[in-house]
Amino acid sequence: MTLQELRAMREQGQKAMDRRVGGDKSIEIIVGMGTCGIAAGAKEALNAFVDELNSKDIRNVVIKQVGCMGFCHSEPTVEIKMAGMPDIIYGNVDAEVARKIVHSHILEKKLVDKHVFDRPARDILKQTTGKEK
Amino acid sequence: MGDFLADLFQNGVEAGAQKVTVVLDQDERSFTMTVTDNGKGMDEAELVRAQDPFYTDGIKHRHRKVGLGLPFVIQTIRMTQGRFQISSRKGEGTTVTAAFNLEHWDTPPLGDLPATLSQLLALGGGHEVVVVRHLTGPKGRGSYEANRSELLEVLGNLEDLESLTLLREYFRDAEKNLTEEVK
Repeated sequence: MTLQELRAMREQGQKAMDRRVGGDKSIEIIVGMGTCGIAAGAKEALNAFVDELNSKDIRNVVIKQVGCMGFCHSEPTVEIKMAGMPDIIYGNVDAEVARKIVHSHILEKKLVDKHVFDRPARDILKQTTGKEK
Repeated sequence: MGDFLADLFQNGVEAGAQKVTVVLDQDERSFTMTVTDNGKGMDEAELVRAQDPFYTDGIKHRHRKVGLGLPFVIQTIRMTQGRFQISSRKGEGTTVTAAFNLEHWDTPPLGDLPATLSQLLALGGGHEVVVVRHLTGPKGRGSYEANRSELLEVLGNLEDLESLTLLREYFRDAEKNLTEEVK
């Protein structure tokens, strides 16, 4: 594939996006890609999000990679930000859980309860609050 | 092996590099990744400490006692009779070479290289990335090269789903052509 062909595919995709209703309400998926995340399978989780979102024809998504979010004990961790749902951090997100998040959180607007994490590891909390919780 | 590559690459970006060059050279016996960055670099003492699993610079998390990126790579290379080399100059940058022995049972698999490369290029920031891929097979040696700035210009951004998907397809196609050329 040449760069010209890639450009043509991109332009075609963007025209299709422009025709969609509500395409401006984007969903943000933030994947922790520190050493801990990568070692726990964050690359596979990110890949699974890409595949599953494409298969469900959900296009208005931005996928950001960030370093360690302080949840090393529950990697891979993924934060989802979208309209109509609270910002949620999910932990232990393997490829299967990534698919569940697409189905349940993004499409049905229901939390994937068993994977919701609300606080970082104890040593990280210590540094931000000054005491362990 | 893609995990190690992602980790080495991130080290380069997090060292404040304006340019990270990734050279991947593979033949039937070995897969060598060389990651060169022009970031802040390390002096000799820091270079030794960076290879210690119980050391971290404490910038990301102040109380953390471990830094496992390089130690994971070194441990795997030692276990599988590969070759690891790191050189750095303070203020100039760092070069890490990890040569994996493909003939050893315990060498981890390469994984989905196009997905890994697309993720490396999509990592946010204003840095340039140059990927140079060489593959040697029965029919000879072939190569391809990709630049982040060029792909960014073509795709507009590298973080939306469609860009990531196209980027992955771009590398899948490049890998397919390369394999056909040399095997």
